[in-house]
Amino acid sequence: MRESMEFDVVIVGAGPSGLAAACRLMQQAKEAERELTVCVVEKGSEVGAHILSGAIIEPRALEELFPDWKKMGAPLNTPVTEDQLFMLQSDNKSIKFPNLVVPKTMHNQGNYIASLGNLCRWLGEQAEQLGVEIFPGFAASEILYHEDGSVKGIATGDMGISESGVEKDSYMQGMELHAKYTLFAEGCRGHLGKELYQKFDLDKDNDAQHYGLGLKELWDITPDKHQPGLVLHGSGWPLSKGTGGGFFLYHTENCQVVVGLIVDLSYENPYLSPFDEFQRLKHHPVLKQYLEGAKRVSYGARAITKGGFNALPKMTFSGGLLIGCNSGTLNFAKIKGTHTAMKSGMLAAEEVFSALNNGCNGAKELTGFETRFKDSWLYEELKQSRNFGPAMHKFGAILGGTFNFIDQNICKGRLPFTLRDNKVDYAQLKVISDYSPIDYPKPDSKLSFDKLSSVFLSNTNHEEDQPCHLKLKDQAIPITQNLPKYLEPAQRYCPAGVYEVIEDESGAHFQINGQNCLHCKTCDIKDPAQNITWVTPEGGGGPNYPNM
Amino acid sequence: MKILVTVKRVIDYNVKARVNADNTDVDLANTKMALNPFCEIAVEEAIRLKESGTATEVVVVSIGPKACQEQIRTSLALGADRGIHIETDSMPESLNVAKLLAKVVNAEQPGLIIMGKQAIDSDNNQTGQMLAALLDIPQGTFASKVELIGDKVHVTREVDGGLQTVALNIPAIVTTDLRLNEPRYASLPNIMKAKRKPLVVQTPADLGIELKTHSKLLKVEAPAERQAGIKVNSIEELIEKLKNEAKVI
Ligand SMILES: Cc1cc2nc3c(=O)[nH]c(=O)nc-3n(C[C@H](O)[C@H](O)[C@H](O)COP(=O)(O)OP(=O)(O)OC[C@H]3O[C@@H](n4cnc5c(N)ncnc54)[C@H](O)[C@@H]3O)c2cc1C
Ligand code: SF4
Repeated sequence: MRESMEFDVVIVGAGPSGLAAACRLMQQAKEAERELTVCVVEKGSEVGAHILSGAIIEPRALEELFPDWKKMGAPLNTPVTEDQLFMLQSDNKSIKFPNLVVPKTMHNQGNYIASLGNLCRWLGEQAEQLGVEIFPGFAASEILYHEDGSVKGIATGDMGISESGVEKDSYMQGMELHAKYTLFAEGCRGHLGKELYQKFDLDKDNDAQHYGLGLKELWDITPDKHQPGLVLHGSGWPLSKGTGGGFFLYHTENCQVVVGLIVDLSYENPYLSPFDEFQRLKHHPVLKQYLEGAKRVSYGARAITKGGFNALPKMTFSGGLLIGCNSGTLNFAKIKGTHTAMKSGMLAAEEVFSALNNGCNGAKELTGFETRFKDSWLYEELKQSRNFGPAMHKFGAILGGTFNFIDQNICKGRLPFTLRDNKVDYAQLKVISDYSPIDYPKPDSKLSFDKLSSVFLSNTNHEEDQPCHLKLKDQAIPITQNLPKYLEPAQRYCPAGVYEVIEDESGAHFQINGQNCLHCKTCDIKDPAQNITWVTPEGGGGPNYPNM
Repeated sequence: MKILVTVKRVIDYNVKARVNADNTDVDLANTKMALNPFCEIAVEEAIRLKESGTATEVVVVSIGPKACQEQIRTSLALGADRGIHIETDSMPESLNVAKLLAKVVNAEQPGLIIMGKQAIDSDNNQTGQMLAALLDIPQGTFASKVELIGDKVHVTREVDGGLQTVALNIPAIVTTDLRLNEPRYASLPNIMKAKRKPLVVQTPADLGIELKTHSKLLKVEAPAERQAGIKVNSIEELIEKLKNEAKVI
């Protein structure tokens, strides 16, 4: 028998959605002078360790949660001063769009450039001061159900199990955390979230979810090139026609810039390597002007849920709620998911608190959430942007961009029809015979780098002697199917070099270097055979991102 | 018997240390900090001695800024009984640390003081030895085994040629080496309990110690980057390159 602990609310994941929910719950409890026990489990070694974002943060939700956030010292220190939007036409040509034709959702006055990891660290401190128990280094590895099928809570993973499955000296059994309500705030492609979708059929009425892979680096640049508040966005080169995505470069505080590329995971070309696209992108003059002579400090990657309004699943089920990017609340027209994730957490907290106050114990589904959600600005905002992603995917960057300009600026997202994009990302991949290999340039170790030296900068680490956390349903598929058809694309889409096909006299072997994993979830999303399942490794493992 | 364990807050061993822009120190802004691994081994050893009935109480002490209380709480979650935090904004030098600890030892009168052999941030490996000198008590450094036999503590030390076992009168100082034990994980209930365990905060002034600096940090620089290697096609080519390019043979 595992030990167990009881809470009113258990939250899985200390990202913006989970932490905003935790804070909002406690604030209400304080106001009502009611005792409330809330705990947050976080798989990273500390709050913020696994958070990787842009980020330009719209402070709307934060403002509602902590109206005094500025005085309280929330780390949003760099207001956006200038927005620039580019279309890269080739490796050295570009067009800069005049401000007038930029979709309104891409304007950033009033927003801040910040590290979302640091904002989460700050939110974590606020939550703890309000009385929330936060447990970093503990992954929720399993969902617990009551006999009636409602969610009872979660169990944390066992620690100290060797690769072959035996208990080591340091073995510690996982714990059951029971709650009246459990909020799943795992972010994009949560592994427990995935189980909930299936178990409760949460996505039966919505369009297919879509994803992108975001790669990001942090650079120390020379003071003469630093313009705090300057924001660059763009699309086009190096991604070829038919592959969606775009880059960002933000001048943040402390003489640093962040640079990144988001590649839509609906790409078709099996030879594509998001990592190598990102590396060559930095050689374009638009980006190079800031990065030349500068020093790379950190690297990481994380998938992004971008299906938006049309792909929103049902967010409630008996015993709990899905919040934030785990349910897909990101606004892709703005490429912003922080304020929406926070707001979804706050709405959930309000619904849960009122249910607890009415004596509910979780057995009843929180159907009232839907009304709360539909009455909120969050719903309105997501609805307005519903056509943005599908337009980009359907018409490509230029025509789609034009459509979005009309839709977002002139009609304010109120065009009387909805574009649909219903084919799942992994099914878009085509076979190698349709394409010829992409010849990526060798990294110069100044602007561009190889995968291993990049992963090194993510400070990722997993206890070596533990069971592999990337599970293959069928061990043979990578070599028997994926290799001949797609040249096993995991070798290229994984931004951490976890997957390798090694050939020797006895043939080809599929090797998984699980210790390098960045927890980005791309393999779980893009494997054409849907044969890879990402599960939680031992708590505390994974990247240790500073300031990302 | 009471055991005093010293713990230090240091940069996490998974994090790649980075020099700050003006070369004055390692950049620690928002980097993950942790309990020094050797101190963690010290805490584990003390708890094992308590579990085996040899020790009655485990007290942990840490010196540094307020954030050090996190590492004290971690130690309490692992099983220590109470904590002492000596709060200073700076990270004092080894000799100052040893002097502060000497005061704590005098007040607490532990039978055994277990310390990490060194902290992984500055790798000084001297505080334990200094403390032994200040208190004029025996020391067993680089311990890979600690046993209490009668009124003596037997410490097996990792020395250059192999292992050396010394028998020390107590009170004594033991500094831990990597192979002494494998620390446990803190469990969730123990992490919660640790929040309510006693922790007192003192200042160097309370202990009557004035922090003095004896050395000055001039500059911090990253090691020179390694040049990329090359592949050679034959042994002849290798020898040729070692002779004429590297000029090492
Ligand atoms: C490259 C990139 C750029 C972006 N740019 C912006 C931007 O400029 N502006 C903006 O607003 N948004 C941006 N976003 C989106 C934004 O980061 C997300 O929308 C936001 O982080 C979602 O918050 P969340 O709380 O839902 O999930 P997350 O932030 O993903 O947090 C989830 C947390 O849960 C933890 N967790 C997951 N599973 C478990 C488990 N089983 N057990 C324990 N813990 C678990 C994770 O470690 C993590 O800490 C960007 C995203 C990316 C990838
Ligand atoms: S193994 Fe999967 S989750 Fe881990 S870094 Fe690679 S693609 Fe991302």
